Amino acid sequence: MAKVPKPAELIPGSLRQTPAKGWMDVKPDLRPGTYVNAANPKWLEWIDYPFPRAWNVKDEDWQLPENWKELILQGMEDRLSRFRSLKVFFDICVRCGACADKCHFFLGTGDPKNMPVLRAELLRSVYRRYFKKAGKFLGELAGARDLTEDVIKEWFMYLHQCTICRRCSLFCPYGIDMAEMTLLGREMLASIGVNIDWAMASVAQCYDKGSHIGATPQAFKDMVDFLAEENERITGITTTPSYNRKGAEILFVMPSGDYFADPGTFTMMGYLLLFEYLGLDYTLSTYAAEGGNFGWFVSHEMGKRLNAKIYHEAKRLKVKWILGGECGHMWRVCNQYMPTWWGPVDFLEEPVSPITGTRFENAKVHKMVHISEFTADLIKNGKLKLDPQRNAHIKLTFHDSCNTARGLGIFEEPRYIINNVLPEGNFVEMPPNTIREKTFCCGSSSGLNASENMDVRMQGGFPRANAVRWVQEKYGVNHLGCICALDRATLPTLLQYWVPEMEVTGITELVGNALVFENEIERTTDLRDRDLVGVESEGVEAAEEAEEAE
Amino acid sequence: MDFFKRHFLVALFAVLGLVVVAYVGAQANLQILFGVIVPYLAALIFLEGLVYRLIQWARSPVPFRIPTTAGQNRSLPWIKRDLGEQLDNPATFKHLVGRMALEVLAFRSLFRNLRTELRKDPDNPEGARLIHWSYKWLWLGAIAFHYAFLVVILRHLRFFTEPVPLPIQLLEHVDGFFQFFVPAVYLSGVILVVAVLYLLARRLTNPNLRYISLAADYFPLLLILGIGISGILMRYVYKVDIIAVKELALGLATFHPVVPAGIGPIFYVHLFLVSVLFAYFPFSKLMHAPGVFLSPSRNMVANNRWVLHVNPWNYPVKFHHYDEYEDRFREAMIEADIPVEKES
Repeated sequence: MAKVPKPAELIPGSLRQTPAKGWMDVKPDLRPGTYVNAANPKWLEWIDYPFPRAWNVKDEDWQLPENWKELILQGMEDRLSRFRSLKVFFDICVRCGACADKCHFFLGTGDPKNMPVLRAELLRSVYRRYFKKAGKFLGELAGARDLTEDVIKEWFMYLHQCTICRRCSLFCPYGIDMAEMTLLGREMLASIGVNIDWAMASVAQCYDKGSHIGATPQAFKDMVDFLAEENERITGITTTPSYNRKGAEILFVMPSGDYFADPGTFTMMGYLLLFEYLGLDYTLSTYAAEGGNFGWFVSHEMGKRLNAKIYHEAKRLKVKWILGGECGHMWRVCNQYMPTWWGPVDFLEEPVSPITGTRFENAKVHKMVHISEFTADLIKNGKLKLDPQRNAHIKLTFHDSCNTARGLGIFEEPRYIINNVLPEGNFVEMPPNTIREKTFCCGSSSGLNASENMDVRMQGGFPRANAVRWVQEKYGVNHLGCICALDRATLPTLLQYWVPEMEVTGITELVGNALVFENEIERTTDLRDRDLVGVESEGVEAAEEAEEAE
Repeated sequence: MDFFKRHFLVALFAVLGLVVVAYVGAQANLQILFGVIVPYLAALIFLEGLVYRLIQWARSPVPFRIPTTAGQNRSLPWIKRDLGEQLDNPATFKHLVGRMALEVLAFRSLFRNLRTELRKDPDNPEGARLIHWSYKWLWLGAIAFHYAFLVVILRHLRFFTEPVPLPIQLLEHVDGFFQFFVPAVYLSGVILVVAVLYLLARRLTNPNLRYISLAADYFPLLLILGIGISGILMRYVYKVDIIAVKELALGLATFHPVVPAGIGPIFYVHLFLVSVLFAYFPFSKLMHAPGVFLSPSRNMVANNRWVLHVNPWNYPVKFHHYDEYEDRFREAMIEADIPVEKES
């Protein structure tokens, strides 16, 4: 990792600095630290992507295919005919600027081209030039400009300074969604062989082996088994799951971040503990070992190609329904895309919790339940014995992930769980304008969590970190909770930079801490081997009292 | 000349040019052209253009159901959602209608608007902090502008109807309630001009907005400002023969156009600018009005988990099939005690 400049050097001096030159004349400044490297050709070969070649973002010549211009324009025409969203979003923007100061990349960089309205204009200007009469004849005066290699570089730069978080679309009076344009813009870039390495490596590995991290079946099993051993060491409970087991009732799919690296692994330990506690008839799959979907970050088609494994594996294993782990974009994809890609899903059944009997009617068609819904239902029905005192050392605030917030709407379930697994008063919210549907992105989502673009990651995450710092100072918050694996992968780095001493935790990790098993050994530490506060037995009583009080 | 000046001045001179054209035309006795032919042509372009654009949009399908969810989704029955959340994350068609109605009639999303600023803060290592606060001025300006415009348009129906329907008379009465001038000042006209000036001023004074604004943003504002000012001048300063104007308007409305003599040129300026606005509408950003109804992030029910949405161009894709996967990893899987389909 290159050295990241100091905080004071990273943030913009002002949010109202515009270059003297008009934006069409400002060339993209691709400085190291601000971009993700060009994709290694081998990844593209693995997944049959066009124009694999070794190239460097720093190079003047990106070795674009000879007919690149034609491909982009054909690609745009094709997408205009397939996506009404693109057409409408291209045509109806009034440039009111309501989206401008909503984008975390604009707030963190001060670069006017990171105002969603202008980021969209980067694409629109080409659309007007080649698809609109006014643009053809009036050129710049109609907001149109020629498609040049510099424009491609500019798209590359700014479409990868957008994390598809949709905060702009929330505030847009017409719901214009930059995420949609970014996705389609990235598709067009991919059609001429312009891809970023971090995303494509994950995509290719996931396509080839089963997860973004490229774990082989045996490696996946090793990793999860290791976490089960950790569980046993800390709690005395054996939580080893089954793998690829036919006839299990439930297929559990989690993002690979949850078994790959801390602190996600503690969430994975929480899942295993919870399922063991319930005696759930579930299986993991080494083939569908990835709930996340970097494919969707590069194209709709690649998203579908990676997503294929989930339903196909569920069908092969003859499970009844699917339970999904804590992941942000996975849930946007599983909610808004998956059933449409593959439906009708008649080989699965309408999900019913085997523990509480609750029918998840809201998942009737796609047959997949969110772990937070599942857990909240368990707690509501009194099926879990929880000792919140085991989380007494945790003063928590909750970060709504952009995709579960604005691409689904899961707000209450995680909060309900938090309030039941944490002692009263240990959970505080960040300022209202930075949470729930107005939440700020981690700044590294959508395939941007590489190490070579750390400057811009820290800038993009600044608004989030800024709100976290506020609750740290005001309430002594020491943990940031989330239901997103990319958050768990990227926020520790972000917070280490902006808000030191702040830990990141999944919600099911907290559940794992609080779960009281009949036959457990005396718990002296949490799942991270940190000492618990106070004496355990008092905690149990307090929890029981709390339950009775309810 | 820089980008901003080019775009602003082109729009300004375009509108001034239109004023001059109409004024000269009226002086040169081209009343038939500016009083009849141009308005009819504008109406025709408006209607045809509008239909054409709507068909253009509608021809592209909506492959995925992608509402922007702005509240708790419908999940477990005991998770309570207040009406606001039910509308912001609509689970039923009824609630979707509510969401769209709020969006179109009350500018819901704009009402949510915040302002975020970077303030100096020496206590932070970076020397600054972001603060966010509710910022309703843009909402207020927009809503004042649109409703004032609506009232003005409805009020003008008195020229096209005989007898004037009661609701229009009432509207006129309410609009002219503040009788501090003779003739009574219509509040809507004043609000319209003030709101347009606000919208224009923010575009000109906010550096970010000035940076992104195109001629296509200034032109409609200046055009509407021109319409407002010419209308106000006509009513309060350079008075025109109102009976003759009504005669002309009724003629247009009943397809028996007449051009009464003696209507001042300011009227033709006003009418010409209105005609241009109508003709310009379908080819401009003003299409945001019908467009908001077609915006997939707003006009879709958030029910994708329990109602199947079909993509008309959904196609099969190549993916890594389980059989290939097992073929490749079989030995390792067997060794790791992972069940396989075929033992060898």
